[in-house]
Amino acid sequence: MVGLVIVSHSPKVAEGAVDLAQEMAHGYDQLVAAGGLDDGTIGTDAVRIKEAIERADDGDGVVVLCDVGSSIMSTETAMDLLESDITVRIADAPIIEGVIAAAVSASIGQDIAAVVADAEDAKSFSKL
Amino acid sequence: MSSKAYDCLKRIGDVIIENKDFLTDLDREIGDADHGVNMARGFEAVIGKVPEDQEDIGAAFKTCGMTLLSTVGGASGPLYGTAYMDSGKVLAGKTSIEKEDVSAVFDAAIAGIQKRGKAERGEKTMLDSIMPARDAYNEAIAAGEDMIPALEKACEAAREGIEFTKTIHATKGRASYLGDRSIGHQDPGATSITLTLETITNFLKEVK
Repeated sequence: MVGLVIVSHSPKVAEGAVDLAQEMAHGYDQLVAAGGLDDGTIGTDAVRIKEAIERADDGDGVVVLCDVGSSIMSTETAMDLLESDITVRIADAPIIEGVIAAAVSASIGQDIAAVVADAEDAKSFSKL
Repeated sequence: MSSKAYDCLKRIGDVIIENKDFLTDLDREIGDADHGVNMARGFEAVIGKVPEDQEDIGAAFKTCGMTLLSTVGGASGPLYGTAYMDSGKVLAGKTSIEKEDVSAVFDAAIAGIQKRGKAERGEKTMLDSIMPARDAYNEAIAAGEDMIPALEKACEAAREGIEFTKTIHATKGRASYLGDRSIGHQDPGATSITLTLETITNFLKEVK
């Protein structure tokens, strides 16, 4: 199954997004939060993201959902730091809506391209 | 006795930490007011992480870069982290610096920063100081100057680069939301990279 990593400057946002997505995609447990720095400071940490990607992968690849600013740059750095050959894609999607869509998609066994597409579809989802 | 590699990074860290408030104030004008705080936190960690007896400059720079990736928190983390790690690759195994090494480090650092930031010169970033600095250095070396005078010319070009960033508007990062309102303010990243270059130059002047 495709794994998911949530990158946020805030550890609480990343962990909350994981909780929420797990609630929506029962039984799916390949979601890893990579929020903040080691000491809980607001920020992004490429090494932490790299380790989260390694934990989320079971061989089918990993989709990363990011919040703003340096989260993309840190994720791209994390991808360069990977020593093993893991397929990683960053979804251009809002973090909460995107992770819910991606978790449901991954949990039914869709491949990485489909999970990215489902996450990115969340961008045009109208709430009203 | 501590190694030159450690001493150099410690000196850079001291200067960044001394300038924490200055860099943060610059960032408050056009960014999110965290550049000095973030860089100081990063270099405090670097000073604790790089072994004092690490003679291999490449290894010391690599440790410095990895530590910055994990501890800076903002965009400067991957930018400076990659610059130090990629510089570390070209310095691997070296225990002293020759003039060709400086050119190679400029190239590696600039390529690393561009790989991460996808910026060009003229976008009000650290590149507006480090790219003219590299050009000035290489021109001076080609004209037959030694490493230290060439580095002094590079520092001069980097300072002019800071002044140039006051005249242009930002197209990258949070400052880009300000449009023309970013004009008149100097770029914090161009400032911190110039401080770094000046510190390395002063350090090499003393140890050479």
